[in-house]
Amino acid sequence: MAEKITLEIARYSPEQDTAPHFQSYEVPVHRDWVVLDALNHIKDNVDGSLTYRWSCRMGICGSCGMMVNGEPRLTCATFLSTYANHGNKVRVEPLRYFPIVRDLVTELSDFMAKLKKVKPWLVRHQERPLSEGEFLQTPEQLDEYKQFSMCINCTLCYAACPVVGLDPVFVGPAALALAQRYNKDSRDQGAAERRAFLAHPEGIWGCTFVGECTRVCPKHVDPAGAIQQYKLKAAFEWMKSFLMPRGHSNGHAGTETSHR
Amino acid sequence: MATQELRQATANSIPSYTEFHPRWYRPHVSVYWWLGQRQYLKFILRELSSVFVAASVVLLILELRALKQGPEAFALLQHRLQSPLALALTTISFFFVVFHSITWFNLTPAAMVVRLRGKRMPDFLIAAPNYAIWLVVSALVAWLILR
Repeated sequence: MAEKITLEIARYSPEQDTAPHFQSYEVPVHRDWVVLDALNHIKDNVDGSLTYRWSCRMGICGSCGMMVNGEPRLTCATFLSTYANHGNKVRVEPLRYFPIVRDLVTELSDFMAKLKKVKPWLVRHQERPLSEGEFLQTPEQLDEYKQFSMCINCTLCYAACPVVGLDPVFVGPAALALAQRYNKDSRDQGAAERRAFLAHPEGIWGCTFVGECTRVCPKHVDPAGAIQQYKLKAAFEWMKSFLMPRGHSNGHAGTETSHR
Repeated sequence: MATQELRQATANSIPSYTEFHPRWYRPHVSVYWWLGQRQYLKFILRELSSVFVAASVVLLILELRALKQGPEAFALLQHRLQSPLALALTTISFFFVVFHSITWFNLTPAAMVVRLRGKRMPDFLIAAPNYAIWLVVSALVAWLILR
């Protein structure tokens, strides 16, 4: 293993630059160092102006997502030693398709607005009194949505999805997967409310099933699967409303069932 | 009341949040984005394969029409299909149709979730019936043509 490795880091200062440029830094390679450790080393010892987001350092907070050698990665889970024998260079850039605020920091307000639109919370038409106790779920009911609930909003899937880059109005993989997370929750009654936004060209029908979102997801959420499953459901719902216009329910009842 | 006043005072002391920063750098997506990564190229080829699938369907319809018109019309079509250009196009179409079928069959488990006794069936068990039906239908067609 090489003793040193070169990090080529995208730098962008909104006050001075018109476009990002690369700056190289040489850092030592330790067996247990991840890319984020190298960035922290540079920030602490070489160049304090380097700007990036990070928090938990353990793949939970989802804030340290960056492009590492062209791949969207959580830098806290990407070992530097992996690249030590591959040209000894690591190129670190901000997540693709997002506006850049400074250096490796991306602007997320568009993502946050889209996320809010899918209502990623439990929607209840009428809250039950506390005296009735908690909502219980069977392991099978939990299994229905558990995979989608693992999303940490790291937005790596947005950086992997070409549709996000080409069509800025597309809701995007994480928001759609989170919508499915709540649609499939037995306690939720908001499926019909979400459908107006999801079964839309900007929603699920904007997805062309490239599948890269699922491949890069560090939490194995499978957003592509969530979207295709919803496409299938939306198509069935449309067929039902077409064949049985009077008897068709708009799904307002959701999937809520009482298990207590 | 005092709490409300305190909240208002705190809200007034916080500088207003600037939602739209004027100096963001907005990266441009190249029209050749699909050449940048192997997976993107594979996706574009999968999308492009639809054109060849459509071409194969048109060819099948032409063959059926010629068959209906009689042996002479069918022989004429067969003759035309033996030209180097037609042979090259049908060969390319064949590979794209196979590529299209395999890639879509492999993607079916993502769209179809089948649960058996509460457990999600493994992906290969969802994809396998597609391949099985494909093989059976192909064998049937081959038997009808070659018998």
